[in-house]
Amino acid sequence: MTPGRSDGWHRLHPLSPVVRGGRGTIAIAILLLPIVFSGGRISDAVPQVAIIAVLALGGFVSWLVTRWRIEDDDLRIETGLLRRQSLRFPLAQVQAIDVVRPGLARMFRVAELRLRMAGASGATARLAYVGEREVDPLRDRLLALARGARVHDGIPAGEAEVEQPPERVLAVVATGPLVASILLERGWLILILAGLLSGFVVSPKTAAAVIGGGGFVWAISIVTVLWRRFNQQYHLTVAEGAEGLHLRGGLVALTAEVIRPGRVQAVRLVEPFLWRPLGWCRLEADLAGRQRRKGEGEAERGQLRTLLPVGQRALAYELIDRLVPDRPRELSPPPRRVRWKSPLRYRVLRWGRSDSVVATVSGRLRRVTCWVPLEKAQSLRHVQGPVQRRLRLASVHVDTAGKGVHATLRDRDAGEAAQALAALTDLARAARRRAAAA
Amino acid sequence: MAVEPEHWRTPSRRLLLLRRWEVAVPAVVVAAVVALVGNGSGWALGLALVPLLAGAIVWGVVGRRYASWGYAERDDDLLVRRGVLFARLSVVPYGRMQFIDVAAGPLERAFGLATVHLHTAAAATDARIPGLEREEAGRLRDRLAELGEAQAAGL
Repeated sequence: MTPGRSDGWHRLHPLSPVVRGGRGTIAIAILLLPIVFSGGRISDAVPQVAIIAVLALGGFVSWLVTRWRIEDDDLRIETGLLRRQSLRFPLAQVQAIDVVRPGLARMFRVAELRLRMAGASGATARLAYVGEREVDPLRDRLLALARGARVHDGIPAGEAEVEQPPERVLAVVATGPLVASILLERGWLILILAGLLSGFVVSPKTAAAVIGGGGFVWAISIVTVLWRRFNQQYHLTVAEGAEGLHLRGGLVALTAEVIRPGRVQAVRLVEPFLWRPLGWCRLEADLAGRQRRKGEGEAERGQLRTLLPVGQRALAYELIDRLVPDRPRELSPPPRRVRWKSPLRYRVLRWGRSDSVVATVSGRLRRVTCWVPLEKAQSLRHVQGPVQRRLRLASVHVDTAGKGVHATLRDRDAGEAAQALAALTDLARAARRRAAAA
Repeated sequence: MAVEPEHWRTPSRRLLLLRRWEVAVPAVVVAAVVALVGNGSGWALGLALVPLLAGAIVWGVVGRRYASWGYAERDDDLLVRRGVLFARLSVVPYGRMQFIDVAAGPLERAFGLATVHLHTAAAATDARIPGLEREEAGRLRDRLAELGEAQAAGL
């Protein structure tokens, strides 16, 4: 498996099935333990051994029949024994290439390459797993090929060495604020957890009943949610590199990825209620491509990339300026009569536009600011509900391909909304033309 | 959105007919069943008025909802408007359309109608035009596909 050749087929790392088995592998190890410790009489444990043999064979076969290669501007992956599958991923549509290292993969010194694709299919090409030493050269090469395919002058495969200007670290998330931010944002979860635990201390008998009644499951799932977030965002580093913003981080599972500004569908700045006194905020970017595959983690499904789990506003705005240049500077508040319709949101609601970006602020307790580059707007909607009609208000929605970010010009004066709809339609058209010409 | 009134097209009148059938038939059937169960006694006939009355109200609503539907093909985008209580107007640029599907349920088929649904990369895009006569649905689909291809823009 030498990533320097471009004609031949490559196999994945031989340990892939072991790592991919993940928890299954651990379960097998646990299954084996009693046999080993009880004196090693295999004949006592025929069923266990049979199961393990079948699983091992299955893993081996799946590894044997999976191969990949780079063909011109495509990455081809062939897999499957009975149902042979040949997948072709055009490199020109690569949105980003992530390197993912789950705990087990780190133990075996392998890593997974994930190519996130654009387009309606929005599939993810996964090379799981590749030897640790081959990962970075392979990723650089794929990125270079992707760029070459995009420019249409086809960078030759031999020139895999891309000159890498030294990246500039923009932000590193410290552990203390990260923990504090998770606790503050998920305060209610912590309260439930504390309630369960204190119940256990105060009266173990009642607590035992609660545990039987599902309290235990609750506690576990709460801890899982909190842990997953901490694990993903631990020591997240944002750096500016040749291809865009580089993200690295993770505690047990390390991930690394590159976000190219042109692929950002929307950016949002979230300020949970309890963070606001501290001046903290979280920055998330929505990238195109939908992931609905099984077996992918939370982060992949959401598609909302956290660029800055917690940080000061000034830092967040510095990152925003890199992702959406020309963001609108002035945001205008809604008419006063909106107080009657949205009393909690009234003080927060704002919107503004520049020639290429629309910005909206919304939220009741939690303040969410969205920026959508107009060239990425998919469609516009003008909506007027019964209460809004009575108050001569209307909303305009800017629909984007992403999932998590909703830019809505909520509760504007009806006349202003109609004007905004017309203006945004024209600006979006102009922005698309500019993007197509570039 | 500045569109000359004559540029707005509306779904077929047969959609209104279909929607009214969908109201009238259940209302009459329920009323008849109630009346029959009561053996034509006074209270049963009175009770049978309830579904008829409800049907009459919905009949009126259906008319207003039908009148709210409209679409307009402009140079660069398609406008779709709908809704009485929640009035919606969608602007879908041709270049953003990913695919168009034309569907017709059994009732719609019986009335010779079809629904044209536009999809963009955004799940929130809500552009659906029901009750088009089959030829018009086909024409619209072909025209949108053609325009979409000519103006297609990347993500």
